[in-house]
Amino acid sequence: MSALSSPPSRRPPPAVLDELDRRIINALQGGFPISDEPYREVAGQLGTTEADLLARLQRLLDARVLTRFGPMFQIERLGGRFVLAALAVPEERFDEVAAAVNALPEVAHNYRREHRLNMWFVLATETPDGIAAATARIEAATGLPVFAFPKLQEFFVDMRLKA
Amino acid sequence: MSTALPPDDFERRLIIATQAGLPLVPRPYDALAEQLGVDAALVRTRLAAMLQGGRIRRIGAVPNHYALGYTANGMSVWDVDDARIGELGEAVGRLDFVTHCYERPRALPDWPYNLFAMVHGRDRDTVLAHVEEIAALLGVACSARDVLFSSAILKKTGLRIGGDG
Repeated sequence: MSALSSPPSRRPPPAVLDELDRRIINALQGGFPISDEPYREVAGQLGTTEADLLARLQRLLDARVLTRFGPMFQIERLGGRFVLAALAVPEERFDEVAAAVNALPEVAHNYRREHRLNMWFVLATETPDGIAAATARIEAATGLPVFAFPKLQEFFVDMRLKA
Repeated sequence: MSTALPPDDFERRLIIATQAGLPLVPRPYDALAEQLGVDAALVRTRLAAMLQGGRIRRIGAVPNHYALGYTANGMSVWDVDDARIGELGEAVGRLDFVTHCYERPRALPDWPYNLFAMVHGRDRDTVLAHVEEIAALLGVACSARDVLFSSAILKKTGLRIGGDG
């Protein structure tokens, strides 16, 4: 791993969490109620107060322990499309190509991975035909062929991780 | 696979109002209703219907894996017999350390793999041990494999609807 060629990695250090923070994170990865006072309901189940739960959630979001708290939309059911795609980027062009790829608003995530196909990103568009347009723009901007890996079958998706 | 229906006007407003997150106030759905100029009951009914219909996966927290100490992220990829991919993909997806599992097209000759299973762990050895468990499960139905560790996050924003321009 060359520090010279890697753009700054957005990896926060492991966070300092107390036992209640962990229980909150674990509980809130499941379903959050749709009720008048949902935070009060969940706080009661976790043995704390609504004010404490709200303050801790704000702190966890500010510290980026949580990237988001809210409804997780299933964008494909809403007519949108996600496609995983990859590029084989020559090492000396890595930063330049990363900047060109990241500049597209359709690029939702982008990871460097250790392989000849060393840049893996997710294209996310509100309509299916947005994908081909985004792919064409990346190829034009980088001069590199995009390998697209649209899903054929989804067996499982659940990002829950135990805190 | 599943019926896709674009968001109606109200759903679209709901998505835009909540994609940054649910308000952190005691009555979050009332706050949304006020912001949208509608009755709180309508917000709750429509959110519940979207949840019921799978248009919302769930309402909840999305942790940053790194902050939770899951610093090793391996995309394991497998060349699995097409005749058995459905059954084996389901089985791999049921493993508790697999967070995503998909069948995707091969890109021959560069890319012979058709099954992708994402494995998160607190270190690489843990991920590699999990990858061996997947290999054991796939057995002779798998003829090639690899695991691609992530070495940098270059961007992570998620989809934005109704964008900034």
